[in-house]
Amino acid sequence: MPALTFKSSKLLRAQDSFTSFAFVLPALVIFSIFYVYPFFDIFNLSLHEWNGISFKRTFVGFDNFSELGVDKIWWKSVWNAMYITIMALTLQNALAFALALACDREIRMKNFYRVVFFLPPVLSEIVVGLIWRWILNAEMQAGEHIGLLNHWLVQSGLPHLVHEWLSDPETALTCIAVVHCWKGFGWGFIMLLAGLQTIDRQLYEAAKVDGANTLSTFWHVTLPMMVPVILVVVILTVLGSMQAFVLILSMVGQGLVYHTEVPVTRILASMQGVNRFGYACAQGVCFAGILICISIFFKMISDRAKQV
Amino acid sequence: MEKDNYRTRNFLKYSFIHIVLASVAMTCLFPLFWMLRSSLMTQSTIYTDKNLIPSEIIFENFATAWVQGNFGIYFMNSVIYTVSVVVLIVIIASLAAFAFSRLEFPGKNIIFYMFVLALMIPLPGSFVPLVVLMNKIGLADTRIGYILCMTNVGLSMSILMLKTFFDKMPSDLEDAARIDGCGKLGIWWNVALPLARPAIAVIVIFNSLNVWNEYILAQLLLSNKSLMPLQRGLMVFQGSNINNDPVLMAGLTIAVIPIILIYLAMQKHIIKGLASGAVVG
Amino acid sequence: MKNVLALVLCLFTCIGCGQPKQDANTVTLWHWMTDRNDAFQALAAKYEEETGIKVQIDLYPPSDAYTQRIIASAQARVLPDIYGILDKKQVFASFIESGFVADLTEDFAANDGEWEKALFAKALDVNRFKEGNIYNIKPGIYGAPIDVTNIQMLYNKKLLAKAGIDKAPQTFDEFLAAAQALNRIGVAGLVSGWGELWMADCFASNYAFNIMGEEKVMATFRGEVPYTDPDWIAVFNVFKRMADAKAFAPGIVTKPNKDAEQSFALERSAFSFNGSWGVNAYHGMNPDLDYGVMMPPAINPDNPMYIWGGAGSSFVINGASQNKDQAVAFLKWFTARDQQVFLAQETKNLPSNRKALSKIPEVLSDYAKAMDNTTHPTIWKYNEHPLVAETYLKGIQSIIIGEKTPEQVAGEVQAVKEREMAKAEKRK
Repeated sequence: MPALTFKSSKLLRAQDSFTSFAFVLPALVIFSIFYVYPFFDIFNLSLHEWNGISFKRTFVGFDNFSELGVDKIWWKSVWNAMYITIMALTLQNALAFALALACDREIRMKNFYRVVFFLPPVLSEIVVGLIWRWILNAEMQAGEHIGLLNHWLVQSGLPHLVHEWLSDPETALTCIAVVHCWKGFGWGFIMLLAGLQTIDRQLYEAAKVDGANTLSTFWHVTLPMMVPVILVVVILTVLGSMQAFVLILSMVGQGLVYHTEVPVTRILASMQGVNRFGYACAQGVCFAGILICISIFFKMISDRAKQV
Repeated sequence: MEKDNYRTRNFLKYSFIHIVLASVAMTCLFPLFWMLRSSLMTQSTIYTDKNLIPSEIIFENFATAWVQGNFGIYFMNSVIYTVSVVVLIVIIASLAAFAFSRLEFPGKNIIFYMFVLALMIPLPGSFVPLVVLMNKIGLADTRIGYILCMTNVGLSMSILMLKTFFDKMPSDLEDAARIDGCGKLGIWWNVALPLARPAIAVIVIFNSLNVWNEYILAQLLLSNKSLMPLQRGLMVFQGSNINNDPVLMAGLTIAVIPIILIYLAMQKHIIKGLASGAVVG
Repeated sequence: MKNVLALVLCLFTCIGCGQPKQDANTVTLWHWMTDRNDAFQALAAKYEEETGIKVQIDLYPPSDAYTQRIIASAQARVLPDIYGILDKKQVFASFIESGFVADLTEDFAANDGEWEKALFAKALDVNRFKEGNIYNIKPGIYGAPIDVTNIQMLYNKKLLAKAGIDKAPQTFDEFLAAAQALNRIGVAGLVSGWGELWMADCFASNYAFNIMGEEKVMATFRGEVPYTDPDWIAVFNVFKRMADAKAFAPGIVTKPNKDAEQSFALERSAFSFNGSWGVNAYHGMNPDLDYGVMMPPAINPDNPMYIWGGAGSSFVINGASQNKDQAVAFLKWFTARDQQVFLAQETKNLPSNRKALSKIPEVLSDYAKAMDNTTHPTIWKYNEHPLVAETYLKGIQSIIIGEKTPEQVAGEVQAVKEREMAKAEKRK
């Protein structure tokens, strides 16, 4: 008799696991068909030398990876992407958080701001590229600067700061990063706002009663509640910024020497410029590894933060 | 005295906040304004007319864009793709996220991390095996095929986002629903989904934008022109030897309107989180 | 919620319907040329009227996405009957090798070479593989050019006059002097879309041919002459001298071609280096622009100046096509005189059929005059390794922005060249 109960409870538990698993099943099926299969194909290709067309694929083992290890341009491009990402993590997310906090309180015109801040992510890269190339243009006409930024610098009495913004190695990548932050902060803004909105107002009231000022309320109430949402925003920012490339293409075309190269543009160059699909796939696999490491790193930090 | 002081400080604080908000808002509005302005001009005046409001306003560009870009069909297709993908993603992702957050099964965490991280990393050149696969299983050049591919693209971000919100869901609500006789599916539908409304709104916006602006995959998978999305129509105005910026801007303006509408409709739900936020947290 | 479900159901019913099956008697054609699509469609309609054969022409812009589609479709074996390959000769060779492209040599030779003789030899050469080519492709012709193009320099007559220069500069020194005179009146010198690297490649290659002649350039590609040779240093120095004389428009290295066209059309820059397609763009932006066409000013008077040109676009026929004969018939008709005249007039591109040349729009005739002095990487006997070419072009960029000297760049390019040659040797 006892044995039977044990068996049935085990069965029940198995059944329970199975029905729970069924919730994940549709997602898993789509994932397997549209991701896992291409992934193995790509991984397989990264061990080959292949020009993308021919039926001939030469197996080269890990040659592509060992070549990638000493490819200075590749690692420079990884660093460039990190630079953009660091700018996005600090500048963009700080701006997004500040604006979300401002719009979370009872402030006039907040509905207007909520809509307006989301315009840059919605706009096509074509428009963004056109506008920013115009703002940063270094050309002159009839003694006047065409570009808004240079024009404005001269007007404000700072002519020594006039620059060829997009063709100077000192400034090109930073300009791109700033535009990227401008284009992307709307995402962080709405996600953080959504997170802020779910915080119980009573907690703020309680903090106020306890005599906490704005800063300590933020530090002790808002921030701890926001850790999970911040983590999502951080991970999405990292993945989005590391992979940004459409904006780069639309701002500096095929790039300023190697100063504006990022991993994705290198992969495209290997695929379309040099017709080395195997090498491009190796770059892709390496890049995926880098991204996963960064994501795990942030996950660990946030676990720490939650414990504290 | 102290009250006055408090008032001035408050006034200064709010003025400062408003100045910051307004200046950021200006930079966001400017490109939109510029796009609209350009769409009302001609190719020869677009770069020479320096007036803020163009001296000669032409509405023809919109008609030209609509007709030349074949927007009639493409627009409808984009609506179909966007709605289908978003609905599929919301259902599939919320089911999965619910399971990852509230249910137990072996290998849960491993599947979750593998899934979310792997999916977020687009593989270069994966379009080659994908197209070969789609042709093999007969889904190339079909709506279903394209919809499933796009669903796959948005899935992981949505799962990650939703799981974060489900994690914050208080368990007493779940218990109450269980006592009322709700099964897992019932809890998902009656408790989890309504509570995650702000997150769902974000997902809807994110994926709508993604599908609405997608082009490369459509170009690879679809051959039949009557299945192509809106972005295909826009391409007609931006080929390498085409120079008609006003029409391009008119087309871009038409294309951006639905997304702004979706955002307007959805952001209300982000705010409505206020009400449900009283229980979550 | 019920509404949403109903909507979804409706949508899925929509999704299921409407997939017209392809007729076996239609010829399919894929291309990327947005600007020419209307003219192509008109010709296809005319062809169906004349012969009863339907040609289904599908446009897949932009060219990058088109190339991806062609590559993926080749792997999935779903290429159309007629398509174009927008890539290096090496890639073209790979398509032929894999059987994706039909050999058209016999079709061109039929009727005493009627088809071959009608087209410009230079344009046809792009699709030709000669005896003993380095790709080991069976000699022959594998595609048909549908238009020709070339890339030259343009000068703004009004601005030059304003700077006190009465005629277009003939020598490189005159050109530098002109640029300086223009700078004094606040006008930039040369503008070009070098954010697209191949445009800079084209300019550099013009001077390489002028300074050392074709033979020595080819010898360099074969690895017999190093990039550190004084002649190559002189080529790199062209950019340094121009940069020192401030002869480039600001920001030229990252300018997209469309911005460059705008800069010339709106008279911010007095010289432009651009292809014959620019004629249309300039007209759209500034109908009153008064400009002339010139060869890039030579440095070495003993060698002729060669510019890039040849087939603008070509079509090939799928090697596995069921409709090969019909596809060939269509291409023959498409490149015949009347259709070429129509295309040239409609699209303002130079026709590939020499008999159509007498009827081209006036603006293009200046461009057309230089057709005899054209060359193109696709007709050279040897091509540089793409990785070396990349280093070389990025090096030119760094010379222009003053980051590196010509000697440094020459050394770096040579280092990559030697590394790639060693690798190729090892593979053998």
